Amino acid sequence: MTIRQVSIFIENQSGTLQKVLELIKRSRIQIIASTLADTADYGIYRIICNEPERACLELKEAGVAVTISHVFAVELDNRPGGAADVVARFSEAGVGISYMYAFVIEGRGILIFRTDQTEEAEKVIASNGLHALSESELPMQY
Amino acid sequence: MKTPDSSSPYFQPELETLSVEGLRALQSERLQQTVRRCAQVPFYRDKFAELGIRPEDIKSVDDVTKLPFTTKDDLRDHYPFGFASVPLRDCVRLHSSSGTTGNPTVVLHTQSDLDAWAEAVARCLWMVGARPDDVFQNSAGYGMFTAGLGFQYGAERVGMLTVPAAAGNTLRQIKFIRDFGTSVLHAIPSYASRIFEVMNEQGVDPRRDTKLRVLCIGAEPHSEEQRRRIEENLGVKAYNSYGISEMMGPGVAFECQEQNGLHIWEDYFIVEIVDPVTLERVPDGQLGELVLTTLRREAMPLLRYRTRDLTRILPGDCPCGRHHVRLARLQGRSDDMIILKGVNIFPIQIEKILLQFKEIGTDYLITLETREGEGDIMSVDVEVNNVFTDDYATLKRLEHEITRQLRDEILVTPRVRLVPKGTLPVSDEKKAVRVRDLRKLF
Ligand SMILES: [Zn+2]
Repeated sequence: MTIRQVSIFIENQSGTLQKVLELIKRSRIQIIASTLADTADYGIYRIICNEPERACLELKEAGVAVTISHVFAVELDNRPGGAADVVARFSEAGVGISYMYAFVIEGRGILIFRTDQTEEAEKVIASNGLHALSESELPMQY
Repeated sequence: MKTPDSSSPYFQPELETLSVEGLRALQSERLQQTVRRCAQVPFYRDKFAELGIRPEDIKSVDDVTKLPFTTKDDLRDHYPFGFASVPLRDCVRLHSSSGTTGNPTVVLHTQSDLDAWAEAVARCLWMVGARPDDVFQNSAGYGMFTAGLGFQYGAERVGMLTVPAAAGNTLRQIKFIRDFGTSVLHAIPSYASRIFEVMNEQGVDPRRDTKLRVLCIGAEPHSEEQRRRIEENLGVKAYNSYGISEMMGPGVAFECQEQNGLHIWEDYFIVEIVDPVTLERVPDGQLGELVLTTLRREAMPLLRYRTRDLTRILPGDCPCGRHHVRLARLQGRSDDMIILKGVNIFPIQIEKILLQFKEIGTDYLITLETREGEGDIMSVDVEVNNVFTDDYATLKRLEHEITRQLRDEILVTPRVRLVPKGTLPVSDEKKAVRVRDLRKLF
């Protein structure tokens, strides 16, 4: 079970981030979680939101380089080391994680990560009794 | 000379299908005449003296490399009549092209020059299927612009009913096309597209309402996709024309019906492709500057004229039966060339590589700058489009792969930077800025 994530290519100096946030605000798209990582020259702004397809279309129309990717959203135990244990299950099974970030909704910790080994990741989730959220389980509004 | 039978694929069968050996023999003979004519021109007389050349030393086409080059600046410096090799009373026409700087250039013609020009254009038009039964409409500018009169005389030489519509007034152009039954049209590509747009607005279907069949396009750079779109829209076959006013105008080179390269008439010109810096000839097939020596000009013969146009010679025989070499589509101007660490780089080479990556757009920006300890370096900014992969490792690999392929092509390692769409600078005319040179000159 994966959810859709909107990934936006931005340049650190060019003001693209500002432009993107303005656009999202104007299109009344709700951001549930986001993360921005950067390298020296550019960054990828990743968003989990309530309407990923529409967000993607609107951004594309505004001339922003944007793509949809599929990520896992795994619920964490509310205890110290919860995230470490989950990540350990995947690495033990040899599932490579290209990036991850976490956020909290309604008091529950959620770990977002991406892997190219979707099938193997599904197996790890099932065999360890983990819970991967579907999009319908994401909070739609506040 | 009489017009051949309409079933003939060639306007001048003997000359057009002359063997390579035949062409070389003819060129050798005509080069000797040309050099003798040039000896009447003070500019060349001085050059010959400087280089220690006597006209009688030039015996074969291979001797052309001994001769001096001629540039546009040379023509400007001898404005207006300094390059005439005959008395002005023997000339019947003058064309002049204005430059953005300095004097314009002047080209003089005798009657025999005009006849040769008309024949060259007629050959081109016949080659793409124009016949005496056709109606030819020329929507190029007349006056000093050579594509007007050049196509006019050539089309008349074929025997077509010729309409000197000249440029502009699109509604009138369309009315002429419909009323006169125009089947062959000459227009620059952007204007051909404009004609189609206006036809659309007027509810005119070119396939149903016109007899348009052949379109001759030139003067303006355009891509293969643009050509195919124009063909599809107007329901025609579109052929590329290459002209250069210092040579005569249109008729220098033209595509045949294979639409694969432009035959350049080797009984009119000696064709060389040279490295724009060393001026040495490059091997066949390699990109370089087109250099032409006229072989049929009386009033103003030119030796090794540097056209500044970049192209390459296409190898192999053309199925059409003409042995006159084919030039690839013109690929920009040698003035655009970049010299970095002693290596010649043409923006077109970079373009060609970038086109192969679906993850990036077709716009790019080359920046040249001087770095402490590193000397001059080149960076290439490319725009990421909507098929980029959402992870840094893949983006890094993309950067590396672009870098690697560019290095293989241009032989220096550029620094490739991925930038978001829409962030590359554009000039005032909304045209993309391709090269920024910030190097320190010592
Ligand atoms: Zn051919």
